Amino acid sequence: MGLRTPLYDQHLALGARIVDFGGWDMPLHYGSQVEEHHQVRRDCGVFDVSHMTVVDVLGADAGIWLRRLLANDVAHLKSPGKALYSVMLNERGGVIDDLIVYLADFGYRLVLNAATRERDLDWIRGQAAGFVVELRERRDLAMLAIQGPKARARTGELLAASRAALIHELRPFEGLTEGDWFIARTGYTGEDGLEILLPAAQAPDFFNDLVGAGIAPGGLGARDTLRLEAGLNLHGREMDESVSPLAANLGWTIAWDPAGRDFIGRAALEAQRRAGGQPKLVGLLLEERGVLRARQVVRVDGLGEGEITSGSFSPTLGKSIALARVPAATGERAEVEIRGRWLPVRVVRPNFVRHGKALI
Amino acid sequence: MSNIPADLRYTASHEWARLEADGTVTVGISDHAQEALGDVVFVELPEVGKALAAEQEAGVVESVKAASDIYAPVAGEVIAINEALTDSPELVNSDPYGSWFFKLKPNDAGDLGKLLDAAGYEAACAAGA
Repeated sequence: MGLRTPLYDQHLALGARIVDFGGWDMPLHYGSQVEEHHQVRRDCGVFDVSHMTVVDVLGADAGIWLRRLLANDVAHLKSPGKALYSVMLNERGGVIDDLIVYLADFGYRLVLNAATRERDLDWIRGQAAGFVVELRERRDLAMLAIQGPKARARTGELLAASRAALIHELRPFEGLTEGDWFIARTGYTGEDGLEILLPAAQAPDFFNDLVGAGIAPGGLGARDTLRLEAGLNLHGREMDESVSPLAANLGWTIAWDPAGRDFIGRAALEAQRRAGGQPKLVGLLLEERGVLRARQVVRVDGLGEGEITSGSFSPTLGKSIALARVPAATGERAEVEIRGRWLPVRVVRPNFVRHGKALI
Repeated sequence: MSNIPADLRYTASHEWARLEADGTVTVGISDHAQEALGDVVFVELPEVGKALAAEQEAGVVESVKAASDIYAPVAGEVIAINEALTDSPELVNSDPYGSWFFKLKPNDAGDLGKLLDAAGYEAACAAGA
């Protein structure tokens, strides 16, 4: 038996197919992954993401310490409510994890992946030595992602006026405390939506209210196809401790200025940048019938080979799409080997669908 | 519990087979199989005229989750394929016993007797096959 979120019984009652994910028993789908995907693109859906790792960072050195720990710069967070996405690197410039950091009224809040929890906590605690910081893992909180064009409006209807007003006013990538809830306008689907952290004991009732109002529950399957269409990386697929963010389409998340900020991994990344030759992460679109899958080989004429990091069927496009790491000079065409046959694919920007609209 | 019609024969690899009045054999995948696969998005069918041995790979069914081979339940020649599945692979989920993949002219119709009956298949599913 794996770890269970406070909503495990709700998932069973809704007929979820449960799978192991990073040691957690999580819903894969509740009947049809494709239907759950469409619900989010067209209306809204709710995901239990309580398995994710939440760590609050308090103390006099919190900001200084995070400016060393993270490759993006928390000095950009000027007022409570602001958030940014960052990678956390090892000294070799490999990605230990990716995360969102919020500046809150009490300090900083990090939301990290579930599958990397132990490694993350070991690393974070190890790096805190010598700094005046207090780390609090928030296992007492549950987290729900309510995603889709109608997510904010439909969630607001179910809540007290003060919370509904906050949801109405939040700007994209903002997150604020409201009583014992933390409400953020963030997500992992390429749609508008919310991520709400709340005391675990309150989660079943809130989840039941959402589902009762017709907001369909979605499982990890739909979460994966939604993020793939949005071109969002998944740690363990697009990047890990052996992969540079420069080879994972994450160069934009590295805050190089000011040059004197000595974040962990900086020296390695600068050396990589000087040396050049890092492969790049691109999108692939299969025009023929078939399904691209992780680890299939990509052949680029005259340049060599690459590999698919994530691949699936895109419910929105009705075709198979993938993310792949390929030689930097790769142009618009490549081939992928599927069951011994080489099929042509289009190489595109890794951003297939945003706000319900196909981008390719 | 998945639906296992009593008038069909089954394999441990989750194909169903039906002996028709004209002596041909119609083949599909079971309700249990479609449920385990999840949403089917692509089906690759064998070529008409191909001679298949029993348990030989005959095609592929891909869901959002994974690719899975389909095998010939008995030896025979492929005499028809269900082209409707090429355009509407989701039919495999909505109607697994109506959504046949291919028809075989069996080398020996008696081979069907070697396959699992509904009770045997139910036991195999329960055992986690």
